[in-house]
Amino acid sequence: MLEVSLSHDFGSFAVDVAFAAPAGVTALFGASGAGKTTVINAVAGLFRPTRGRVVAQGEVLLDTERGVNLPARRRRVGYVFQEPRLFPHLSVRSNLLYGARFALKAAPGPGFDQVIEMLGIGALLERLPGALSGGEKARVSIGRALLSKPRLLLMDEPLAALDAARREEILPFIERLRDAGLPVLYVSHAIGEVARLASTVVLLDAGRVLAAGPAAEVFSDPALAPHLGGAEAGTVLVATVGETAPDGLVRLDTDAGPVWVAESPGAPGTRLRLRLHASDVILSRARPEGLSALNILPGIVERIEPEPGGRAFVRLRMGREAVLARLTQRSVTALGLAPGVACHAILKTVAVSRDDLGAG
Amino acid sequence: MSFLSPEEWTAVLLSLKVATVAVAASLPFGIGVALLLARSRLPGLWLLNALVHLPLILPPVVTGYALLLSFGRKGPIGGFLYDVFGLVFAFRWTGAALAAAVMGFPLMVRAIRLAIEAVDPKLEQAAATLGAPRIAVFATVTLPLILPGVLAGAILAFAKAMGEFGATITFVSNIPGQTQTLPSAIYAFLQIPGGELQAARLAGVSVVVALGAVLISEGVARRVAKRIGGA
Repeated sequence: MLEVSLSHDFGSFAVDVAFAAPAGVTALFGASGAGKTTVINAVAGLFRPTRGRVVAQGEVLLDTERGVNLPARRRRVGYVFQEPRLFPHLSVRSNLLYGARFALKAAPGPGFDQVIEMLGIGALLERLPGALSGGEKARVSIGRALLSKPRLLLMDEPLAALDAARREEILPFIERLRDAGLPVLYVSHAIGEVARLASTVVLLDAGRVLAAGPAAEVFSDPALAPHLGGAEAGTVLVATVGETAPDGLVRLDTDAGPVWVAESPGAPGTRLRLRLHASDVILSRARPEGLSALNILPGIVERIEPEPGGRAFVRLRMGREAVLARLTQRSVTALGLAPGVACHAILKTVAVSRDDLGAG
Repeated sequence: MSFLSPEEWTAVLLSLKVATVAVAASLPFGIGVALLLARSRLPGLWLLNALVHLPLILPPVVTGYALLLSFGRKGPIGGFLYDVFGLVFAFRWTGAALAAAVMGFPLMVRAIRLAIEAVDPKLEQAAATLGAPRIAVFATVTLPLILPGVLAGAILAFAKAMGEFGATITFVSNIPGQTQTLPSAIYAFLQIPGGELQAARLAGVSVVVALGAVLISEGVARRVAKRIGGA
């Protein structure tokens, strides 16, 4: 558990935030200039706000009121920077082991062999950082932070400088970290990454917390959708891989009902996250017949939030899950949608692409 | 080397000794001052900066005279060093080394300072987040990264020390076997009728030593750059 509260006035821009990050990945999400890096640097001890308090797993790292301000080196916070910041004069092995010699021997954390195996960097150990590709550098910098045995991992857009293929190479490792139980504070302005990784979302806007809570809640809040990507907004469903039908389609079981996908994302029983773009969800009052779309999930309209430009976000409650749909206000009126009205969400199978399947 | 007379040979060896000691003794101070100038925000650093650069701008004779006044046996610093450590500078080879160190110091500090300013502080921040105390950050990150600059500064100062004349002759005179460095010996030979040949030989030695220093520094710098390569 990490508790953060801080305020600082930069003159042209002020930051005033407070949030708690439980175990798992907590995403600090917001546009550039929302104050994300200020917050993460204050947690790391690289920036001292005028007023602030940071408590990580019971230990006070910063408390301006009581005059506590642990220096960065004593905070035991692993920091993966946006640029890898590897030491250019040291081999990959020396880079990885850099923090280990200062780490508490008794602190829990993965061993050297475990980390190089998880990150797939065993073949790079004797190389210098200058000879590595961008993706390799990013993996080494994650390994270096992990081997300092941190109690908390901070990641400041570690994938922002990478192309899509490299990003795809790193994301599974971060998912594994999350699943290993290390608390991660993850800064990003890429909604796809956040949807795939985050268990908790803290939405920042102009230095303030707009919303904070479990990812599924924040993502399905129609009022927040414009801040969560607008046209790219969408919900995240937790799914378990089910059986494969004779025609090759694979059933994914969610609390909202079964979703069929064309490509198997893993062995039966694997837990996944499904991201459903609000623009890819069609609503119908009656259960549609004679439609090519396979995935039809029943739900109840919970909230409707109009958006400038004649559109609206509609949240459908489906058991413990919720799905967001983006449609025109004309459709809302034509369908007579209002809170409490039952209707069906139609998902085009193709909209559930492999990119949107993250290990959950 | 049979083509050098014993007297000439003594001057060459003395110069090498003076320059080596001057660089070795001033290098830690050079790094320290360069760090202060590059990183510290203390008020009054402009004064330190001006002081360090003074020998570069002043006539060398004035620097030598100032050394004589302050580091002579009766000078405030020289007297203290003699009373406490028994160290004598005036008219000794140690004084030649001091004069050479002072004259080479601005060159050394400038080269190291440039190297420090080129180090990305973000790397040092990263080391701090990995738990490294400040001294360890300096020893394992900053120092290795500024090594080419430190080497360049040391070699510049060495070359300067080999050629220092004005401040040296003012401070420690020109005593054969004691304080007669290479340039002093060349000067002395030029004062004697028929000494041109000896002067020319020593001038040749100066050129060889200077070229050697440049070649070595280039070679080392290239190796370091290759090691850090493409960072």
